[in-house]
Amino acid sequence: MDKKFGVYICTGCGIGESLDVAAMCDVAEEEGLTCKTHSMFCGKEGVDLLKSEIEGGVNTLVVAACSRRVNYDVFRFDGCIVDRVNLREGVVWSHPRSEFPVLTEEEKEDEDNFDRVQMMGEDYLRMGMARVERIKPPEPYKLDTLNRKILVIGGGVAGMSAAVDAARVGYEVTIVEKGATLGGYAAKIRKQLPMKDPYETPIPPIVQSCIDEVEKQSNITVRTNAVVARIAGQPGEFIVTVKKPGEKIEFDVPYPLPEEMTVDESGKELDPETLHQKFMEYNEGRRDILTPDPDGEMFGAVILAAGWRPYEPKKDEFAHLGYGELPDVVTNHKFEEIAAQGKIVRPSDGKEAKSVVFIQSPGLESDADFDYAGAVTSMVALKQATYVREDFGDGKSFIFYQHMRTPGLSENFYKKVQQDPGIFMTKGKVASVSKNGDGMIVEAEDTLLGEKIRVKADMVVLAAGMVPLTKDEPVVNMAYRQGPAFRDIDLFNGYVDSNFICFPYETQRTGIYAAGAVRRSMTMEEAVEDASGAALKAIQCLESVNRGVSVHPRSGDMTFPDFFFQRCTQCKRCTQECPFGAIDDDAKGTPKPNPTRCRRCGTCMGACPERIINFSDYSIDSVGSMLKAVKVPSEDDYTEPPFRILGLVCENDAYPTLDIAGLNRISYSADVRIIPIRCLGSMNVIWIKDALSQGMDGVFLLGCKHGDDYQCHFVKGSELAEIRVKKIGDALASLALEEERVVQYEVAIDDYPKIPQIINDFVKQIEELGPNPFKGF
Amino acid sequence: MTDDKQAPASGSILVVGGGISGLTTALEAAEVGYEVFLVEKNPYLGGRVAQLKQYFPKLCPPTCGLEINFRRIKDNPRIKVLTMADVEKVSGGPGNYKVEIKVNPRYVNENCTLCGECAKACKMEVSNDFNFGMDRIKGAYLPHEMAFPARYVISPQIIGAEDAQRAKDACKYDAVDLDMTAKTLNLDVGAVVWATGWQPYDANRIDNLGYGRYPNIITNMMMERLSAPNGPTKGLIQRPSDDKAPESVAFVQCAGSRDENHLPYCSYICCMASLKQATYVREQFPDAKIYIYYIDIRTPGQRYEKFYQDIKADENIFLIKGKVAEVAEDPDTKNITVVAENAVTGEKTRQTVDMVVLATGMQPTAATTKLPADLTFNADGFIVNDFEKGGMFAAGCANKPADVMSSNQNATGMALKAIQTLVRR
Repeated sequence: MDKKFGVYICTGCGIGESLDVAAMCDVAEEEGLTCKTHSMFCGKEGVDLLKSEIEGGVNTLVVAACSRRVNYDVFRFDGCIVDRVNLREGVVWSHPRSEFPVLTEEEKEDEDNFDRVQMMGEDYLRMGMARVERIKPPEPYKLDTLNRKILVIGGGVAGMSAAVDAARVGYEVTIVEKGATLGGYAAKIRKQLPMKDPYETPIPPIVQSCIDEVEKQSNITVRTNAVVARIAGQPGEFIVTVKKPGEKIEFDVPYPLPEEMTVDESGKELDPETLHQKFMEYNEGRRDILTPDPDGEMFGAVILAAGWRPYEPKKDEFAHLGYGELPDVVTNHKFEEIAAQGKIVRPSDGKEAKSVVFIQSPGLESDADFDYAGAVTSMVALKQATYVREDFGDGKSFIFYQHMRTPGLSENFYKKVQQDPGIFMTKGKVASVSKNGDGMIVEAEDTLLGEKIRVKADMVVLAAGMVPLTKDEPVVNMAYRQGPAFRDIDLFNGYVDSNFICFPYETQRTGIYAAGAVRRSMTMEEAVEDASGAALKAIQCLESVNRGVSVHPRSGDMTFPDFFFQRCTQCKRCTQECPFGAIDDDAKGTPKPNPTRCRRCGTCMGACPERIINFSDYSIDSVGSMLKAVKVPSEDDYTEPPFRILGLVCENDAYPTLDIAGLNRISYSADVRIIPIRCLGSMNVIWIKDALSQGMDGVFLLGCKHGDDYQCHFVKGSELAEIRVKKIGDALASLALEEERVVQYEVAIDDYPKIPQIINDFVKQIEELGPNPFKGF
Repeated sequence: MTDDKQAPASGSILVVGGGISGLTTALEAAEVGYEVFLVEKNPYLGGRVAQLKQYFPKLCPPTCGLEINFRRIKDNPRIKVLTMADVEKVSGGPGNYKVEIKVNPRYVNENCTLCGECAKACKMEVSNDFNFGMDRIKGAYLPHEMAFPARYVISPQIIGAEDAQRAKDACKYDAVDLDMTAKTLNLDVGAVVWATGWQPYDANRIDNLGYGRYPNIITNMMMERLSAPNGPTKGLIQRPSDDKAPESVAFVQCAGSRDENHLPYCSYICCMASLKQATYVREQFPDAKIYIYYIDIRTPGQRYEKFYQDIKADENIFLIKGKVAEVAEDPDTKNITVVAENAVTGEKTRQTVDMVVLATGMQPTAATTKLPADLTFNADGFIVNDFEKGGMFAAGCANKPADVMSSNQNATGMALKAIQTLVRR
């Protein structure tokens, strides 16, 4: 693109009153760029002016006006590069003249005086001009051939529903089911929980109608007795190897080397080639992740609906409840199996079980339900209590619970069951289950009204939970350098939980979406619903790949990381740090990017010590040139030159927060210069070094909360940035610069009342340290 | 009408309601590639979650996710957003709906620059519904700082009054247009998703819990506004009668929910909401005592259960299993005495506190506002989805009581159901 530049400064919204716009125009003209002003560029007349400029050949515009968060549509011009210089929220609103007065005519005469706010506006303009010079319009990354088939792992109710939902929109689907038939757990039960209004009575299993529906869809292929050995490739072109359960094949997914095997005796990281050799030895008999399976089947996206297994209590885990000791103390799963066979009979002697006690919560110390319970086990107990009643006219069910968990409309079911005179519900702690003749006695305490209760039972049922299969093994078996499993799911007890409340389908593996009980304990109604959502996300990913754009959270972003391989030193940092496992590397350690796995956060760009990873409109150079465009006054300019402090801020949360501070006219130091970045993960330490070496006095980073409840939209960004900042501390010390000159702060998007204070305190801290000794060199 | 499904589907989807569920349905469908109209009755998107200080269990601000969603809208020309708009009529069938939408006047046009001069010029104040009437705002106002669209609005209450003219005169950008009138828009869409959400159950109707009689009894949604940095007190929790910092707060669970006289169902979120609000109080007032009266603590799932267990471990938080029977106010101190029967010990307990928060439940909007379409409702006003028939679907809390995460799961799925209607041949 042959760039023709134009600079446009809006004088509306207080900009004209606060800043010397003519002087700002001079800044542009000094660079040889034409500059025009208008009192309201966002109005019709202003936009028409911009359009006529574009017709006149301008294709690279620097619009110095309001924040890019507003008037986003007004200043979007097809085929043009536009930079929005935030003079309004970022300069004049957040630095009101009542606090930062303009120089009087008299003061102006003395060249040793300066106007901090004017300097800020001029710097931001220079930064915008520098940026547009360095960026290119994005061109989408498109696959040569896009495969639109969807792979569903798991043929239970969730998997079948997802398959049918996707097939109905016209997508081809293959279900891979490890069992001999479709149906999963749902095929093994007597009745299931109510699925629709009025949610009062258990219903016959829907599983057969699901199977019928799958068979009706001509574009669904079912492979039973099959599991996924590996998923290689990337969204739009996954290469999937399917095998029989238990089979050992060369395309079984390899596992990364355990940490301790990646270093030599002295603790030094092994070189890439040795690492790879060890990796291959460790995975003997298995092919490397980059070796394509010639017999693999292509898919575009994956839905993981592998489901759950019943929690099997360990021996003695619930000794006080007699489990493992008394044969008629069973889990709810065992009870369901018995119920599915016919009338409920005791495992010990086959005698009818007419008095059954259901225990919801195991602990004497705690009021928690059994692990992995969710709300499902409460409802299952209610359901199973009705089995006893339907089998025996004189049957009795007793449910001991700490908290009856029937949230939402399932309360109706609870109420209905309560009306049954043969079902007794008691809040209480179960103290013991003991043998009593050929039956048992269940003793509970701390019940309502404080009494101790003893109940005779033929059978005792423990409300064990639903363990996601991902707790035991990766299941998806991704042939990714970072490993075959979803990362960080230990945070969620092995469930494939997204961590994001707003975005429940987000995973750290693009194009692979979880549905059903693998995500959390859920009822079949919930699983069916969840499957629709996962199917939508799979389809959306395919269509986004087709358009060459990113999926959430940078949905629609056409840029992607571009590697300049000649300078790569095979350090593997990009491969290791990418939160989405988008980068693999080969036997020599050279990265192999998978652009359709990429979410465009720029973490690789931030990680790369050689700075060879860049995006067309966001690069080491684009940000670097912005910070170099900042004028850093020294004692050559003023007797007491103002400090210059760089702020690299997360554009998702911290930048909006600063805007809102501006909107509320909450002011902060005018000596800072803010550069929004895609994610703190994309922060490359060279920017900090450049800022300090050109005399800036300090650098602060504003990013999202990390840790178990991380808020970073790219999962790891703020955490990685903090690690980098800690490391740079040593480098600073070697330059005789204080570590305190570089600090990262955690801020949330609603922290706008606090953020100015955070900035001002940092500025004060820097002022106390004194100016950067490199200033002026 | 059986031919309707064969009729050429118009390629667009109407989503009614711009809360978190509607936003999710609209964005997820648009990012597949479909054209979506998102219609919201308020002047801003975000619905109930925009009023919350934090989400449970992560204690993160909802505006964080909203901001991302707004950016997705900004970057996606396939979504058309209509605020201050009511769906008046929906006719036709799956694949082929005719929709009549009334767009109410905002009295502020796209020239608005958020400069705020109109608000400064107004002299009158009107009650602030966003903060449940706990404060008053000028008749020209920005609903809240993060509002999308980022544009002022003029309350119909000042139209015709001098303030309206003052606002107009104050605007340098010709953004105030007092002659704006309601407009009717007609759209042809293939599918409709109703994400009409919920409202807090009217606490005035729960006679024995004293709301409306005693100023220091508030609802849980009021507590959210009271704690939020952009709320009436800028986030400082104080009791309404005298702005005093509360030393003790009682939370009354199931205020209206699980009650045949009010809402017979469980509202799903109130247990987690009160536990979360307990953290708001504890954070501001380290010595404050908190009493939570409950029937069952419903914190399903590992994450919620962990949150509950952490709260329970706080020695200043007391959980009492028992339903609150009555409340009384000391006329001098304005303190509230909560009377409940402790279901475990059987004792009648009396606890005097500075402030009471009623965990009022959620009632579907459709329970009190008739939706102008051929939909099936359950006895409580929730829309019952008919997937056989297709065409129109309810998402989120219009369909059932749910937390944000499940609402978003459901809303994502409903985007697919809508798309299925469009492609069904």
